[in-house]
Amino acid sequence: MASLKDIQLKITGIKKTEQITKAMNMVAAAKFRGSQERMEEFRPYAGKFSAVMGQLATTANPNAFPLMEEREVKKSMVLVVTSDRGLCGAFNANIINAAERFMKERRSEGKEVSVGCIGKKGYQYFSKQDVDLPIEITDCMARVEMVDARKAGMECIRLFLDGEVDEVQLLYGRFVNVVTQKPTLKKLVPISSGDLIEEEEEVEEESGPKATYIYEPDPEQILNVLMPMFVNVQIMAAMLETACSEQAARMTAMDNATRACTDMIHELTLAYNKARQASITSELMDIVGGAEALKG
Amino acid sequence: MANKLNLEVVTPTKLVVSEQVDLCTVPGTVGVFGVMANHAPILSTLNIGEMHYDNEGNVVRIAISGGFVEVSSNRMTVLAEAAEISEEIDVDRALKAKERAEKRLQEALSGREDVDEARAKAALARALTRLKVAGEMS
Repeated sequence: MASLKDIQLKITGIKKTEQITKAMNMVAAAKFRGSQERMEEFRPYAGKFSAVMGQLATTANPNAFPLMEEREVKKSMVLVVTSDRGLCGAFNANIINAAERFMKERRSEGKEVSVGCIGKKGYQYFSKQDVDLPIEITDCMARVEMVDARKAGMECIRLFLDGEVDEVQLLYGRFVNVVTQKPTLKKLVPISSGDLIEEEEEVEEESGPKATYIYEPDPEQILNVLMPMFVNVQIMAAMLETACSEQAARMTAMDNATRACTDMIHELTLAYNKARQASITSELMDIVGGAEALKG
Repeated sequence: MANKLNLEVVTPTKLVVSEQVDLCTVPGTVGVFGVMANHAPILSTLNIGEMHYDNEGNVVRIAISGGFVEVSSNRMTVLAEAAEISEEIDVDRALKAKERAEKRLQEALSGREDVDEARAKAALARALTRLKVAGEMS
């Protein structure tokens, strides 16, 4: 049985851990509010953008745009958005597993797969695997900026237009609610007009009959400008959601850790008290035994 | 109400303006144009430049960089990658950005290949717009 001192040390240690996890929980909660706010601020922009894209997609001829070209997929890329930091439960592991599943599926169809990484955790994992890593952007999740999304977006578009990949799938931690974050796969490139129109219908329900627009310049040229931006916007949205999910996941993980600490402290205190009583009893026994012996 | 235009300026980070206005002028790619209430639906891409709106004589100037504008049923939405109202512009920062951009443009023109001329030009245009929008107000 562990000595009194050992147990005491263990309790002190766990108490310190508990303090840290509690603090981390609170920090995550504060950051979560921040990132949730940013996510919500971005939503009107993204929503409007999708609406306009959908509007344009109905008028323009999809075959005219290289970014909408559906090719037979030989090489596929998955753009994995993870967090930069760990200690957020299985959050990153879930995303990475989903990426692995996707890659296995594509490989079993005889296709090549490469991986683009946004966020350090994904990079740390995939840089040790035997895959191509054409995109690698790290240290960007603490404060999600459009610049990083644009960098990733431009690279995706370049790879696609140069024919180095035939599709890009976006994988990110979708924020469902505080306790649920779901790794979600979304096709990024080629942009399919079907998806655009669908998204538009979701957004525009109040505006009544469709107006005929004056386009300046013509719809094709507008689309050519907007399409790359649309890719960036989608990456940005994915990054914002992942950042938000990360903090939510960390809150849950740290809450669990704090609770585990409390339980352990309780058990150890019980063990400590038992050990203490046992030692007192045995000391008493000694004294009583000694006294009996003296009495003769 | 009926002779006012509902203007919204949205960027990825925030809703910059949401107001009823009389007139709004934006730097379209094809040319600068003004929009008043009951304008026909229009969709146009935007240049880096200055937009301003007028509400009962109060003119507000905004520096915007890229994006597009949509007008339909008396609602005007400007989606810009960045938009700064004149009073919010940090003049020092804009000045520094201008100097940086000028230097980069020089480098690009003198034939250095690692500097992108188009990007330097765009950066310079953004800085100049910010200065212009901020300068004339103060």
